Amino acid sequence: MSSDSKVEATETPEESKPSTDSPKTSAKPAPKKEPELPAFEKNLADKIIEKFGDKTSISFIKPDRVGIKVSRDSIHSVAEFARDVLKFDHVDSVAGVDYPQDKEIEVVYHLSSYTEPSLNRQVLELATRAQREDDPIPGQDATRLPSLRDIFYSVEFHEREVFEMLGVYFEGHPDNRRLLLPEDWADLPPLRKDFRNKGR
Amino acid sequence: MSSPTLPPGLAIQKADERIMTLNVGPQHPGSGHMRIIVQIDGDYIVACDPDPGYVHRGEEKMAEYRNYVLNVPHLERPVIHDSCNILYPYVLAAEDLLGLEIPERAKYIRVIASELNRCVYTQYWLAIYGIFLGHSTMFMWPAGDRELLIDLLEKMTGARVTHSYFIPGGIRNDLPANFEDVCLRQVNYFEKRIKEYADVFYDNPILISRTEKTGVLTRENAIRLGTTGSVLRASGVDYDVRKKEPYDVYDELDFETNVMKSGDSYARSRIPWLDMMESCRIIRDALQKMPKSGSVRVKLKPNPKGEIGSVYKRIESGRGALGCYIVSDKKTEPYRVKLSVPSFRNLIALPHLLIGEKLGNMPSVYWSLNYWPVEADR
Repeated sequence: MSSDSKVEATETPEESKPSTDSPKTSAKPAPKKEPELPAFEKNLADKIIEKFGDKTSISFIKPDRVGIKVSRDSIHSVAEFARDVLKFDHVDSVAGVDYPQDKEIEVVYHLSSYTEPSLNRQVLELATRAQREDDPIPGQDATRLPSLRDIFYSVEFHEREVFEMLGVYFEGHPDNRRLLLPEDWADLPPLRKDFRNKGR
Repeated sequence: MSSPTLPPGLAIQKADERIMTLNVGPQHPGSGHMRIIVQIDGDYIVACDPDPGYVHRGEEKMAEYRNYVLNVPHLERPVIHDSCNILYPYVLAAEDLLGLEIPERAKYIRVIASELNRCVYTQYWLAIYGIFLGHSTMFMWPAGDRELLIDLLEKMTGARVTHSYFIPGGIRNDLPANFEDVCLRQVNYFEKRIKEYADVFYDNPILISRTEKTGVLTRENAIRLGTTGSVLRASGVDYDVRKKEPYDVYDELDFETNVMKSGDSYARSRIPWLDMMESCRIIRDALQKMPKSGSVRVKLKPNPKGEIGSVYKRIESGRGALGCYIVSDKKTEPYRVKLSVPSFRNLIALPHLLIGEKLGNMPSVYWSLNYWPVEADR
């Protein structure tokens, strides 16, 4: 009995060592990095904060990635600033994320640049939130955001997808039709959290 | 008049005496699983409205119900021929959220698998491009030569097309014994073989007359529309994520990016072929520089939980930049997974290329976009 327990006691730390080692080693540099933020990215974020003040806030600064939270009414002017002054020229992706507990839907634009060599590695993440309704009537309720299609032409299909998948209507978008879903889809927008997959 | 009684999604359109509306697809062999609504005036296309979504499967919704490892097999389904590359950004992002550090040998094996997959995908695409243009030799040759690399991938991963080889933390299993020699031999033969395509296809005056100066995308438009991959590089923009934002070990490997200036269908069909030769170069270089032994995977805790936050990672796939955005809220499942796929991003260029073209040029222009319908629909 005693020998068995000894064997178990010696085995378990050995087994757990390799699994705990890897998160520890990767977790250690993360807190160290926080004080010394990457300079280029910090500069990029500061330019936006300086210009728009309290309408924007930094959500994170990581190597090659800058995340900015933007208020609903200033997303258009921030995007214009990103294109004209910071020289971002296209949108990589537009993602919608549903936050039912906050009664908001977040729309995240990932901006990138082909023409400006210093920005080739960078992705600027502009996140803004639209009001969320519990009983959505897509296109006719208060879930609305200004479209960025007149600034970045490349958002056209991405914004159509966000509209059908989350019910965020983009004001000023010339073509707010369905894209991927069938034309007669009459259920909730499927990427909302209250739309549950069957059997899950 | 009677529109209020119509079911949702249906509309009445007035017929035009001159303009005819055609539905190409979604089950037409000339479109893949996608519908293109074109309006033609005689033989010329005057309006084009791409309508994807026929094979939409809700991959992003499914990913919210499965943990980080169980997401691997279904997220590669949108492009089974390029399954390593479509998993790559997801795996990189998941590793960032789970805080995993990848062994050096796994990084090299990933690069080799991803380059082999790029060739396999491109060969498949090239075969269909050939048959679209009525060139049946160009269907047989790539489809046959592709088998060489599929055999290699089968040796590596155990499956012919849906590999599920990359997992958060490394790769699923190590290379089989003697793989390096077999791989080198096959890749060398493959490279010699694809160089022969020039004689039968790329220098063929019939191909050139059908694709040159058709569907021209200017450099300004390519940037403005946010196109990516071979479409972008055929229009003279030198942007390849492998060079500009190297992931894993691409910064240590020796290769070039291919850029052409004309922006027509011919350039767009030639760039992937040139890319395959660069892939062969990358594989040879990686085989040489790879550590000969060592671990290929870090051990995961059961049901690992991601840190609170979001990650956006991107890689260069066979079709272009492929991004994955994951939001995590400290649960075993990701809160949101968004795939930003190159096919979807390039689709926006289709109306710009087709308007003013003859209807007969539609297949060659459409398939030169390197478009994969299932990937765009997700």
